[in-house]
Amino acid sequence: MLFQIAWKNIWRNKTRSLLVMGSVAMGLWVGAFMMAYAFGMIDQRLQDAVKNEISHFQMHHPEFERDNEVKYFLQEGSQMLREIQADDRVQAATGRVVINGMVSSANSSTGGKFIGIMPESEDAVTGLKDKLTQGNYLDNESRNKVIIGEKLADKLKVRLRSKIVLTFQDSTGNILAGAFRIIGLYKTYNSLYDETNIFVRGADIGRLVNLPGEFHEIAALVHEPETLDTIVHELNAKYPQAKTEDWKEIAPEISLMIESFDQYMVIFLIIILLALSFGIINTMLMAVLERVREIGMLMAIGMNKLKLFVMISLETICLVIAAAPIGMLLGYFTVQYLGETGMDLSAVYDEGYAAYGFKSFIYPKLEDIYYIRITIMVIVTALLASIYPAITAIRLDPLKAIRKI
Amino acid sequence: MNDLSHVIVTENLTKIYDEGAIPVKAVNNVNLKVDQGEFTALVGPSGSGKTTLLNLIGGLDKPTSGNVWVDGKNLNTLKKNQLIDFRLHNIGFVFQAYNLIPVLTARENIEFVMLLQKASKKERSQRVLELLKEVGLKDKMNNRPDELSGGQQQRVAVARALASKPKFVLADEPTANLDSKTAANLLDIMGKLNHEEGITFIFSTHDQRVIDRAHRVVTLVDGAIYKDEITAAPSDHMKPV
Repeated sequence: MLFQIAWKNIWRNKTRSLLVMGSVAMGLWVGAFMMAYAFGMIDQRLQDAVKNEISHFQMHHPEFERDNEVKYFLQEGSQMLREIQADDRVQAATGRVVINGMVSSANSSTGGKFIGIMPESEDAVTGLKDKLTQGNYLDNESRNKVIIGEKLADKLKVRLRSKIVLTFQDSTGNILAGAFRIIGLYKTYNSLYDETNIFVRGADIGRLVNLPGEFHEIAALVHEPETLDTIVHELNAKYPQAKTEDWKEIAPEISLMIESFDQYMVIFLIIILLALSFGIINTMLMAVLERVREIGMLMAIGMNKLKLFVMISLETICLVIAAAPIGMLLGYFTVQYLGETGMDLSAVYDEGYAAYGFKSFIYPKLEDIYYIRITIMVIVTALLASIYPAITAIRLDPLKAIRKI
Repeated sequence: MNDLSHVIVTENLTKIYDEGAIPVKAVNNVNLKVDQGEFTALVGPSGSGKTTLLNLIGGLDKPTSGNVWVDGKNLNTLKKNQLIDFRLHNIGFVFQAYNLIPVLTARENIEFVMLLQKASKKERSQRVLELLKEVGLKDKMNNRPDELSGGQQQRVAVARALASKPKFVLADEPTANLDSKTAANLLDIMGKLNHEEGITFIFSTHDQRVIDRAHRVVTLVDGAIYKDEITAAPSDHMKPV
């Protein structure tokens, strides 16, 4: 009966209740969509970072990461690579020579990361060939060729077939320089990456630094990311001379970003719900104060405070609970639809997002657990928002309330 | 004083309102005994203390001094929630402005009090139908208050007051908003209930139509009982005017 009265009471002032319900639905719709948008963006950043940059796991000499010194190559790297490539759980693996140095053109120079790759296996791991916008990919035949990012080409004021000089230290600390001809320009969504990473044949650069056939880095993708922890654990046990790390360890900033976005989104949702709760409290307070006389009568004829509290609380809860599914469904379908079609924001945000390594084409996505989490938060909000109006109601003096005109 | 022979006993009942600059003695040392089956009118000019006395008897207000016994229970000894519960089971209220729950139908308004009493569904529907029949609103049972006339609403209010099977009904100016015909009809119903079922009614009123029907008229002046007279034999009051 209390529920029935509460539900009927909501519809005493249809416009007002519909407005509140509309704002609750809208708030949840926007909240769910914004969360999905942010998670879609983050997820893409992660997927792209894994696919294009860091792969699922990497192996290095334990000392390599500290200074990236040339001398810290992987002992028996070729053998390790062959074994990893043979593992059924591994989708693709490649070996790299990684050297930091200076890259110079006739016009300019800048710092860079020279990555000596095995062209075919590198393409299998990072899809580098597909990122070429001009020229050709590296092959196993021609020597001293280089692929650089368009961004770096602009910076160095060079173009296809220009020559650039790579300067770096060899394994004994001697400064070396090599002239390389640009045979390809690439572009990813990450402008910082494009400006820094320079791809040459591993054989070319390995020969220059006196490390023929050796690698500083093995990068690999696995078929099923869920097996990653096990694989990493096994490899660390199997190859004590190398340090195997998953993407979270290699790029903790991405892992941190995902975790912090999770928290930001909860805070964001709390802010939305807090704003909504004030609207709800205001509405319910008006509803209570409009019915002072009636509430007084209810207490006079024998409705105790607990029942009155429950009735007013139920009104608030009904108001929110009735609106919440609408907002959630709108949010769900919006996310599902845009998750399929994607959102092209390149006209507005292309450069801005690229600077931070994000694509401007976003596929919003939201895991089911977040819908559940939002639902719980909405219920908690409704419960909290119901307290003040309900307390106001039970504090009324029935006598004074009845007398009120 | 705990006299079980009377349904209501007030002893040196005094209520002073001390909210303004000058304290107002709304009820002044009232000693009143009401027996089961009485049809009593509290009369007097505005500000004489009728409604205040009614509120004190109904446990809606606390006296400054003195006591109210209802069916041998001193209301002063009850806490707020106990008082609410006591009202629910012992006192029926009829208000001047009907005060029905606007979102509920006539039937639901009557049933509501019984729901608060946790009466069974069978008992509720039986009693509600009885009461609707008694107040002549069986055909309006599914109408909401805004679909009923003032007189019909007040009849629903009377039925609601009786739904809990109270010891007595307190009616505060029940006919004030009704025209003569409707008021007479309402008084007929209440008189019949009083006569046939022995329900005790106490009215605060200055409506001559009510006073004419009452068999006991207690006149209040400045909060004190000025006159307490039996105007008709208990059975006479229900005779149609």
